[in-house]
Amino acid sequence: MDDLLSEFLTETSESLSTLDVELVKLEQNPNDPDILSNIFRLVHTIKGTCGFLGLPRLEAVAHAGENVLGKIRDGELVVTAEAVTLVLESIDTIKYLLGELEQNEAEPDGNDAELIARLNHFADTGEIPGGAPAAEAAPAAAEEAADEEVPMTDDEKLQAAFDAAEYDPDFEVPDEPAAAAEPEPEPEAPAKPAAPPAAAKSQEVAPAKKPAEKAKAEPRGETKESSVAAQTIRVNVELLENLMTLVSELVLTRNQLLQMVRGKDDSEFTVPLQRLSHITTDLQEGVMKTRMQPIGNAWAKLPRIVRDLALEMNKKIDLQMIGADTELDRQVLELIKDPLTHMVRNSADHGLEDIPGRRDAGKPETGTVTLNAYHEGGHIIIEISDDGRGLNLDRIKAKAIANGLTTESELESMGDQQIQQFIFKPGFSTAEKVTSVSGRGVGMDVVRTNIEKIGGTVELKSVEGRGSTFIIKIPLTLAIVSALIVESGGERFAIPQISVLELVRASNNSEHSIERIHDTPVLRLRNRLLPLVTLKRILGLDNSDATDESLDEEAFIVVAQVGTYSFGIIVDRVFDTEEIVVKPVAPILRDLSLFSGNTILGDGSVIMILDPNGIATRTGEITVGGSQGVEGKAKQDASDRETTSMLVFRAGGNEVRAVPLALVARLEEIDVENIEHSNGRPLVQYRGKLMPLVFIDGSYQMKAEGRQPTLVFQDRERTMGLVVDEIVDIVDDVLNVELTADQDGLVGSAVIDGKATDLIDAGYYLELAFSDWFGNEESGGEKKRVLLIDDSPFFRNLLTPMLSVAGFNVTAVENAEQAMELKNRGNQFDAIISDIEMPGMNGFEFAEALQDDAEWGEIPIIALSSHTSEEDFERGRQVGFSDYVAKFDRDALVSTLIQTLSSM
Amino acid sequence: MSDKNALVPSQEKGGALELGGDSQDFVTANIGKQLFGIPVLTVQDVLGPQRITRIPLSPPEVAGSLNLRGRIVTAIDVRKRLGLRDREDDDPGMSIVVDEGGELYSLMVDQVGEVLSVPKKAFEQNPATLDPRWREFSDGIFRLDKKLLVILDVTRLLDFTSSVKQAG
Repeated sequence: MDDLLSEFLTETSESLSTLDVELVKLEQNPNDPDILSNIFRLVHTIKGTCGFLGLPRLEAVAHAGENVLGKIRDGELVVTAEAVTLVLESIDTIKYLLGELEQNEAEPDGNDAELIARLNHFADTGEIPGGAPAAEAAPAAAEEAADEEVPMTDDEKLQAAFDAAEYDPDFEVPDEPAAAAEPEPEPEAPAKPAAPPAAAKSQEVAPAKKPAEKAKAEPRGETKESSVAAQTIRVNVELLENLMTLVSELVLTRNQLLQMVRGKDDSEFTVPLQRLSHITTDLQEGVMKTRMQPIGNAWAKLPRIVRDLALEMNKKIDLQMIGADTELDRQVLELIKDPLTHMVRNSADHGLEDIPGRRDAGKPETGTVTLNAYHEGGHIIIEISDDGRGLNLDRIKAKAIANGLTTESELESMGDQQIQQFIFKPGFSTAEKVTSVSGRGVGMDVVRTNIEKIGGTVELKSVEGRGSTFIIKIPLTLAIVSALIVESGGERFAIPQISVLELVRASNNSEHSIERIHDTPVLRLRNRLLPLVTLKRILGLDNSDATDESLDEEAFIVVAQVGTYSFGIIVDRVFDTEEIVVKPVAPILRDLSLFSGNTILGDGSVIMILDPNGIATRTGEITVGGSQGVEGKAKQDASDRETTSMLVFRAGGNEVRAVPLALVARLEEIDVENIEHSNGRPLVQYRGKLMPLVFIDGSYQMKAEGRQPTLVFQDRERTMGLVVDEIVDIVDDVLNVELTADQDGLVGSAVIDGKATDLIDAGYYLELAFSDWFGNEESGGEKKRVLLIDDSPFFRNLLTPMLSVAGFNVTAVENAEQAMELKNRGNQFDAIISDIEMPGMNGFEFAEALQDDAEWGEIPIIALSSHTSEEDFERGRQVGFSDYVAKFDRDALVSTLIQTLSSM
Repeated sequence: MSDKNALVPSQEKGGALELGGDSQDFVTANIGKQLFGIPVLTVQDVLGPQRITRIPLSPPEVAGSLNLRGRIVTAIDVRKRLGLRDREDDDPGMSIVVDEGGELYSLMVDQVGEVLSVPKKAFEQNPATLDPRWREFSDGIFRLDKKLLVILDVTRLLDFTSSVKQAG
């Protein structure tokens, strides 16, 4: 059977049993709004699910029932015994239909028009049409049954029941032959408890249909004990929790016993203890398994929902599901199921445009909704993203004001991100029309509440025109994780295995040794420079005043990853991995961000669980805490993955240095004899001009004679030579500036060709040469003001001096938000150079935002990007970029800038 | 021991029916020379010396955490909490485990005494001159023969946020 259907059946039969009880309760307390809303909700759920599964007959009955309940809820109708009977009757019909569904996987033919009519009549008038036969509730089925059923003896009945199993939909035969047979001996028997009073009434009115009534009433009553429902049972999670605690205790006791017997070779206990040990382990695993489920279970319904939605809304939707096997605590899974479904529905319904809309926006016709689940740093992350139209800020603003949530002036001071958060407020839906699936204004607030209930968070990122991403982060509080046990400062700690990439043993004699930049320890690891943190130190366990020198002899390094940022944690010892149940720490310790929880180990000791996320944030090269940081880093990494040609050279000392090849105009060898001096500065005649020579640093000594390799940097008419010792190589490598140096002339360090290499700041040397030699030339004329926006410090460092040298007055900011601030402060510029990929507001949005701006609308914007596809180009022009320049293309940038400015 | 002997009569009185509603039961504990009382119903357990895991970066009053039959219990050094110096001898001391808001805490004291039933009429408010820190954690004083019993307000003793605020 279809998984979806089977789950529906299980769920619905549970709901129905609850309904029976609740309805009876309602009859007794007709004015209890809680009971009523509970009933309403249950029926509503059934109706909703039927809609998705394509079960029109079931849906129609549920809908009519819901109508009646709705009227009762609104106080238009009064709860009477008749009303309850009528509703119960519709519930029975639903049960009957479900029974059919379970056997045949399809709804039986026929309709329930009569019942629905009565329900509607009641809903409209509040009167119960008297004495209508319940049997007609499902006339077709009943008649069909009546045709076949003639009174039989017990045995005959039993036999017939077995025979009928194949085709007779009215029998619940294989499981309950006895039950099926039982009521038959007395066809005139009073109505069974399962059949409502209405059924009894029907006996008087339509005696001829009695056998059919019997046959029908029977399966109705018994369906909920049916085969599908019986395969699973629901257990209170608390019970499992207790079981888990008991098992943990058992494991501890077992371990203690093992300890006692160990060392006694021929103890009579050895064999039984081993057996006990195995059973305990199995039991432990079993209990753990009961709590864990792959998240795919919660996703199973989604493809269907999305498909139906696509048909209904006339969209093409591709639902991608990644990480379906990510395991989640059952309880957590249950709680996020509905929010997830809701969010996917939202994405597909509101997020994605329809086909013409997408075509107009220049997107492929098929929209994509992506679900991605993974573990990260002690959390489970679920991302729901779509490439649709994104959130409409203006509409959110309008709605927020209309709902009285904020004022216009407050909105003014809010960032886009803040404004987007309004969608999590109750009653907030910006959908223009209410569809059958979403837009009713219940939604995101409920989603958020549900997720926060389990200690999770929801984040939202949306770019108008490009889509939205929701990121749900659920802590592992309830989950079981495998953890690495380490020791530091005499204490043991657990690190979630999920964030551990590898273990490295570093010592002076092995290939891995800890190196130091100033006092910062780093480790070379497969062409990467890994920042290190000393656990002892950040935990304040480092009582000794000894320097880190002792560490250098031998250290264990746990390489951990948080998001896209990896770093090494230096620990004293590494033990084993252990499966642990994460328990939250006591409230008084909650603000210790370095720990995600604590747990009890197999040997009975309590151990703190380290949160790599917290450690990364604490040691803080990057802000890992905010999603923007992670995102920004990820994006940076993405662009960094493109290789860059680097010129590697040596100058003054043994360390290798590098400079992007694109910045170097030529490589020359200059005869030392040709070097002349002017005003105490070295220069050479080069191509009919004087070229200043600069050295890597003040202490650099040139060769006394022979030829000196020189890197020639050219900037328009000017050239400058950087004197070096040796040109080592030209390497194509990923340029990943790992550590930013504060030293003048250095951009930072990077691993290039497997070696830690200092990356020199060409701009610095250009400035060095030109400020001395040509710098004052420009000061007479007015410099053009240029605003440079780039999130990468590397490019900012590279371009700022270079543009200054080219005669521009450069202001560099990290992101578009900062640029906006400058704008608001009334700063003016002649041109703006903006990166495209930036965290937060990207270049396109920035340009778009400026297009109609009063102050800055006229300023030409030049886009700077590592991606220069035709599409980007087009998009750039649309949003108002004046030109598009590839990163690293220094000359093009300068000439474009000059062109743009002169054309104004 | 003399104090305990002195208390016997009051216990006997407490046991008498007509006085049943007029007395309260406390688990007593010694810290230094002072006798403290904790309402008997809040006490879950009394423990001897335990293996305690230190928690780095935690407030100094938090001694660490320990495993009590599969539950993690946070150990609080009551001496530190009351602003007393550490003990000079290396007697490991004892602990009283209390339940506060569903979490278990183990209050580390020097010595746990017996359960006392004290007459309500022996109750006194905190003297106004009492050290403010003590005043915060004391729910009042019971006059016993020869001794004074300080009643610990467990909730406030474990509420680290309020004392942080005070400090700030």
